[in-house]
Amino acid sequence: MTATTMAAPVAAASDAVSGHTRDRALWGAIMLAPYVLVFLVMVVYPVAYGLWLGLNWNSYRALFADPIFIRTVVNTIVFLFIAVNLKFLIALWLSGFFVAQRAWVRIVLVIFILPWAVPSIPTILSFRVMLNPENGMINQQLFHLFGIVEGPGWLTDPTLAFASSIMVHIWKSLPFWTLILITGRFAIAQDLYEAASVDGANKWQQFKFITWPSLATLYVTSTMLSMIWTLGDFNSVYLLTGGGPGDLNHVLSTLGIRYMRNNNLDLGIASIIVAMPLILPMVYFMVKRLSKGAE
Amino acid sequence: MKKALDEGKLILIAIPVLLWTLLPIYHLFVLSISSQEAMLAGTLWPAKPTLQNFQIVFQQQHYYLTNFWRQMFNSFFIAITTGLLTLFIATFAAFAISRLKVRGGRTIMNLALATYLIPAAFLAIPMYKAMGSYGLLNTQAALILAMVALASPYAIWVLKQASDKLPKELDEAAIMDGATSLQLFRLVYLPLMKPSMVVIGIYALLLAWNEYLYAFLLLSNEKAVPLAVGLGLFLSADDAPWNLLMAAGLLYAIPPAVIYYGFRKNMVGGLTAGAVKS
Repeated sequence: MTATTMAAPVAAASDAVSGHTRDRALWGAIMLAPYVLVFLVMVVYPVAYGLWLGLNWNSYRALFADPIFIRTVVNTIVFLFIAVNLKFLIALWLSGFFVAQRAWVRIVLVIFILPWAVPSIPTILSFRVMLNPENGMINQQLFHLFGIVEGPGWLTDPTLAFASSIMVHIWKSLPFWTLILITGRFAIAQDLYEAASVDGANKWQQFKFITWPSLATLYVTSTMLSMIWTLGDFNSVYLLTGGGPGDLNHVLSTLGIRYMRNNNLDLGIASIIVAMPLILPMVYFMVKRLSKGAE
Repeated sequence: MKKALDEGKLILIAIPVLLWTLLPIYHLFVLSISSQEAMLAGTLWPAKPTLQNFQIVFQQQHYYLTNFWRQMFNSFFIAITTGLLTLFIATFAAFAISRLKVRGGRTIMNLALATYLIPAAFLAIPMYKAMGSYGLLNTQAALILAMVALASPYAIWVLKQASDKLPKELDEAAIMDGATSLQLFRLVYLPLMKPSMVVIGIYALLLAWNEYLYAFLLLSNEKAVPLAVGLGLFLSADDAPWNLLMAAGLLYAIPPAVIYYGFRKNMVGGLTAGAVKS
């Protein structure tokens, strides 16, 4: 008797489970379909089309013969190297400031994330007007306060204009990475520091033996991710200098668009494809890293 | 004594940090309340602050601002549609991958992540060409689709991670009770996922609101473009009325800033936790 009464609910339950397996496969496919559709239409087809357009060998010859392209490749590498490292050193240092246990430091943090919270266009254009060598606020103030008649050509001197773009890029993206490193620092157990200071470790030793080892992985992952995104930063260059003066300060992300707007689509596509050997290894590395982290 | 010294050091860091952060925003604000002459004088504060720029913007009394309200509406429309569509697509996809363990879900997730990681500026030209062959160029649908395609991968990833954290036992118990996948979605998953969904909806909305490159590539009609592109038009003249641009720019920056600060706790936690997992 017990056997039959036991068997019925178990059978019902296993029915429910096997019914569920079929139901699950069906609904899984239906629910994934919208994204798969978007992916096919908006990513797979465009990329395949782009690769097909990029099969023209002459455009690569023309590309490498273009002095602006060569200059742009160098610019991109310098931009990446300086912007990412500088940004992360500052972010690492500032994250140490922001974890201080003070109410007013938290208010400073709220203000500090403003560049991240407001859109790029008005703020970068504000930089552009502010740095205007003739009537921008910076040079006018240099004149009023220090009597400097001819202030620096922030946007007209090629080197300074390039540096200004890097500065704007850092201004915009620093808050985000600082927040990431703050999160990382909060995850470090506080008693490690207490124990260390009891043992007489100074601030530098505490950083070297506690903070850095705990943050290193996060720091490297973040740097990598930031490199990829910095490579794609169109706004900081385009909106501030337009790649100028004289097309000397393009990076790969603005150069492709410049080619396209000059009705030179083939060169635009080619300039993207030659950037792929640089981008894809980083993307591959990050996908592995992020999907492992998600498990 | 040591305490005061520490406080002093912190303040010495805080001052340059605040100056650096606020200078361009302060400059934006000062120009927006400056007359044309005051603007060219480059003073730290205009002699006679004026709200006239805002009046001109509101009444669209300048060549560059003819379509200001129209473009503001476009920005709202494109951002909200992108937010809703992304939310719809990503919520379903994350449920299928994380709870239903659909076949191929992992592969799709990795492909989506790769799309998220390739800089959008490098996908712009191929997407522009594709839109041309779909016959969608110069339609807002093109921009919305592009923004959904760019926002979905990260949205799916964050929602999948949030969903993975929900206990498995919830599903098992519901299945034993004979719940179908749809009931599971509606009764177990949706209610628990709401906080993450808010973050993701806002993320996609702001991504679309702030986008400049795709908007100016895919749309050209001044009546169809969002405000970001409308503001970019000022770049076409060397002696542009920057004070008007800044007034319009300030109005454009307010909605996202309000959203960011309104949802600050969720946004900062949700987006930074998702962005980098070590």
